[in-house]
Amino acid sequence: MMPETHKKRQLLQGNEAIAHGALAAGCRFFAGYPITPATEISEHLATLLPRVGGTFIQMEDEIASMGAIIGASLAGVKSMTATSGPGFSLMQENLGYACAAEVPCVVVDVMRGGPSTGLATSPAQGDVQMARWGTHGDHPIIVLAVSSVSDSFTLTVKAFNLSEQFRVPVIILSDEIVAHTRECVQLPDPEELHIINRLRPSVPPDWYKPYEGGSSGVPAMAAFGDGYRHHVTGLVHDLLGFPTELPGEILQFQNRLIHKITRGFPDIMLTKGFYLEDAEVCIIAYGSVSRSAMSAVEEARQQGIQAGLLQLVTLFPFPRSMVTPVLKQCRAVLVPEMNTGQISREVQRINQDYCAVVKHNRIDGQFITPDELFAKLVKL
Amino acid sequence: MPVSAQAIRHEYLRHNKKFPHVWCPGCGNGVVMAALLRAIYRMELNKDEVVLASGIGCSGRMPTYLDFNTLHTTHGRALTFATGVKLANPALKVVAIMGDGDATAIGGNHFIHAARRNLNLTAIIINNSIYGMTGGQYSPTTPFGSKSTTSVYGHIEQAFSIAELAVTAGASFVARSTVYHAELLDSLIEQAMGKRGFAVVEVVSNCHVQYGRRNQLGDAVAMLKGFKENAVTVTRAAKLTPEELEGKTTIGVLADRKLPISTEEYEKVRQRAVEGRE
Repeated sequence: MMPETHKKRQLLQGNEAIAHGALAAGCRFFAGYPITPATEISEHLATLLPRVGGTFIQMEDEIASMGAIIGASLAGVKSMTATSGPGFSLMQENLGYACAAEVPCVVVDVMRGGPSTGLATSPAQGDVQMARWGTHGDHPIIVLAVSSVSDSFTLTVKAFNLSEQFRVPVIILSDEIVAHTRECVQLPDPEELHIINRLRPSVPPDWYKPYEGGSSGVPAMAAFGDGYRHHVTGLVHDLLGFPTELPGEILQFQNRLIHKITRGFPDIMLTKGFYLEDAEVCIIAYGSVSRSAMSAVEEARQQGIQAGLLQLVTLFPFPRSMVTPVLKQCRAVLVPEMNTGQISREVQRINQDYCAVVKHNRIDGQFITPDELFAKLVKL
Repeated sequence: MPVSAQAIRHEYLRHNKKFPHVWCPGCGNGVVMAALLRAIYRMELNKDEVVLASGIGCSGRMPTYLDFNTLHTTHGRALTFATGVKLANPALKVVAIMGDGDATAIGGNHFIHAARRNLNLTAIIINNSIYGMTGGQYSPTTPFGSKSTTSVYGHIEQAFSIAELAVTAGASFVARSTVYHAELLDSLIEQAMGKRGFAVVEVVSNCHVQYGRRNQLGDAVAMLKGFKENAVTVTRAAKLTPEELEGKTTIGVLADRKLPISTEEYEKVRQRAVEGRE
């Protein structure tokens, strides 16, 4: 007989679960600036990190927070920051630095209504395209969306793993509803978790080329202080990290950044399917909206409608290989979002006349309810 | 003990970096770089334990040439990256190299908060009164009335005094030199790097190409002579009236005080957290 599990059930908020997930993933540095509705992540980590030898710091703004987590990661410590829309806007400059210099780090954006100061305490999903394209220039990035307290924990662990594996910033998009909803969860034990740590160089320091990618395209990463003295810059650089303006070296740099993510698609692209086997109509949703979508689909099934749900966990790189089969199979898909259609345009982009793509959008600061989705489903 | 320039070059310049550097002939940045290297040499620091962080601009290129852990960050943000590095590994000796626009315009908020926060960091600010790399626009230290490409009719704003700003913001150690006073600069950088707490060295430097040329200050040598003539030591300045100090540059140590250092205070926070004391 299996021993009685010692795991305890806990009543946690989404924001708290993200803090616990970060610790479980090995995060030992957090820098942030207070902002609603993300502040609880800072508060919890300010309490928890020093207990495990980690470091919390409240910086003077979000620009500084992003800079500090990059610095800490370069010194070899897994790092995170958390914010909401206005703060996420401020982070974009240094976020691009982390993309260019390939510094692993995790950025949580708890979405609230926008634009500008917007609706500080209302839910929204208006930052989806900013998460993908907010920093200037072509760049690789990974964006995950959490939908519950439970996956706020597991996807935070996943975000750190992907960030370490691919040396790329990973954005976790939460929203005001997931962040502040309390749910009863049973968090996994540390030994149940698969934790990935960045590859460290195994060659002698003289041989180390900090930006030589190898077959995966992901270079081994030395920490400052490890004896592998090297140069890190946001300028386009050669294999040694020094600035270059040679077209051949520029192209090599750009292509490797993009291809290391392309090669990783199977590890990166995550979705969850429900009732898809025989679905004729389907909802494609993410974040808290996928919870309403699930209720609507179950209601439709009870009414004899062959409805399904494809929940997008990875938003970018857009999980085309999981979405396309659904588009081919169904006569119509419904894409509900708390924005004007930031993911439905991605769905439309890959829908080569396979089926009808119907948008359902709310931008009035209100949650999308199961009833309104059910009403839409029956008309598809 | 005098240190041979050749020994310094061999020890600290990167052999695998594709020189030449980006600085104009006669630029004060080279003087500051050499002073920094001599200080590091005299302090016998292990190169693996030194981190040089910089921002954007002419000064921002300095770490590229030097054989340490080097970090060329975004404009104005060197101190934020340096803060993360230092907190993640307090054993590292972290020095931020910045320019006047870098540290006190776009990075002004980070600068005053770094001073207030008082981590064990060294900040060297090369103040040449202009944005040099972008072609000579006015900066927060461009004097009233001066010409720049964005103040062709004369500058109408007052300039920051960087060292005084650092004193007011709470830095543990603040000093100023010019690139003419090279021996003083060596000593001040060494004192700053040896100081426990946030230490600032402002170095008044020449950009004869962008600033000097537009303000009839002559070439590099003429500008250095100007620095020599205008400099007043802290001791002498104390005896002068504000009128007599007008247009002068005070050099030497402006502040040296013992304050709680947040890197060390955080160790106490960890202790309290482990023991469950709030």
